[in-house]
Amino acid sequence: MSEEYAIDLIETWRKLDGRKLDEFRKIEIEPNIIKNAEGSAHVKLGGTEVIAGVKLVLGEPFADTPNEGVLIVNAEFTPLASPDFESGPPGENAVELARIVDRGIRESKCIKLEELCIEPEKKVWCVFIDIHIINHQGNLIDAAALASVVALMNAKIPKLDGEKIIREEFERQLPVQYKPVTVTVCKVKDKFLIDPTLEDESVIQAKLSVAVRDDGKVCAMQKQGKEELNVEDLEKMIDIAIEKSEEIRKLIR
Amino acid sequence: MAKGEIKLMVNGKRLDGRLPEQLRDIEMKLGVVSRADGSAMVRFGNTIAVAAVYGPRELYPRYLQESRGGILRVRYNMAPFSVTDRKSPGPDRRSVEISKVIRLALEPVIFLGEFPKATIDVFVEILQADGSTRVTGINAASLALASAGIPMKDMVTACSVGKIGDTLILDLNGIEDNNSEADISFAFMPSKEKVTLFQMDGNLITEEIKRLLEVAKDACKKIYEMQKGVIREKYR
Repeated sequence: MSEEYAIDLIETWRKLDGRKLDEFRKIEIEPNIIKNAEGSAHVKLGGTEVIAGVKLVLGEPFADTPNEGVLIVNAEFTPLASPDFESGPPGENAVELARIVDRGIRESKCIKLEELCIEPEKKVWCVFIDIHIINHQGNLIDAAALASVVALMNAKIPKLDGEKIIREEFERQLPVQYKPVTVTVCKVKDKFLIDPTLEDESVIQAKLSVAVRDDGKVCAMQKQGKEELNVEDLEKMIDIAIEKSEEIRKLIR
Repeated sequence: MAKGEIKLMVNGKRLDGRLPEQLRDIEMKLGVVSRADGSAMVRFGNTIAVAAVYGPRELYPRYLQESRGGILRVRYNMAPFSVTDRKSPGPDRRSVEISKVIRLALEPVIFLGEFPKATIDVFVEILQADGSTRVTGINAASLALASAGIPMKDMVTACSVGKIGDTLILDLNGIEDNNSEADISFAFMPSKEKVTLFQMDGNLITEEIKRLLEVAKDACKKIYEMQKGVIREKYR
């Protein structure tokens, strides 16, 4: 499809939605929705729905970080969320999404992992973030990253009775010091836009996901899509992402 | 050892004696796999990547075929012995993601439309890993594609840049990769000046990102000259 046609389409769709190119869809965040999870969040980004759940499990630390807890991010593109998702082990896109969310959280030093050490080299808390896509209407990465951070913010560390975890009682909040916000900026022809719908994504060829920390530092980025970009485009997209991350940050303060 | 405990810069030089914006010693060789349609080995310091290209060839099963053009498949794999602690063989999440981003980094330069129903398969094996493996793999893959005679708009040239302490650096080795403040993997079409791979982790402010992009662009142009040289040498 020609780029002229693609941007025409997107601008028409946006007009129908009453939304500008640099505007998010309606964002709804509902924290603490899963009783059995240590932390959780349900995020709606327009029609896109994602649930993130945090579970804490005792485990061994990695050999190179014996005094730190472990962070593991996993994403499931459940077949209920889209006719294009199939059951089975996570595919390439699910793996990529999980790893982009993981890097945003890990590199921003969002969780104070060193406070999750119980016994150096032997026993630490492993923080599992499981991302479930409930409905795919585009821009899964921003929605998943947001749900994950909100889930971490309300996650609690269970009480320990020796080796046993007492699931109903909690010792303290999970130590969260930074809140990375991920914004994916798309480029079509010479225009930039954010929060693409599924329809937008079907004609978009170049995207950049940028995770921005509270202090405005960029902590993870990933270019996606089939099309190449200019260096100037990248710089512009980073600026847009930093600016727009503030809007989301206001919602989770 | 925890991050930041190792001193990576001594008197303005890196542990391996390089200046901040200096590439490692680079070696490129074509035709290292005789069975393949095109192949190349690229070495950046101690990182060794071999890439082989098979195709365009018929794609089976047939339902995978695209009548509008061929498809590109990329497999990035690390040999179990390529790292200090043995890597268990087979794809893991990291290699699944890297295979995808390498494919996307190469796709823009290939005239896939000329090969309906066919596939071009690129296999990248990391034989020895000392940082920047994906970009070394991309450089090898791009050379292998060219030597397989695949019609291309441009080469793809890649390098890594990052930050250790307050210093911006080029071409991270393993220890720098593990202990850096930030690192960026970057792939570039040197004649068309377009970016085809861009991944970053760490913490950077926008001014640093802009500077690193410039460093990466310049380095890619140097690597491009080497790629051209080795192709000319072989097919002269």
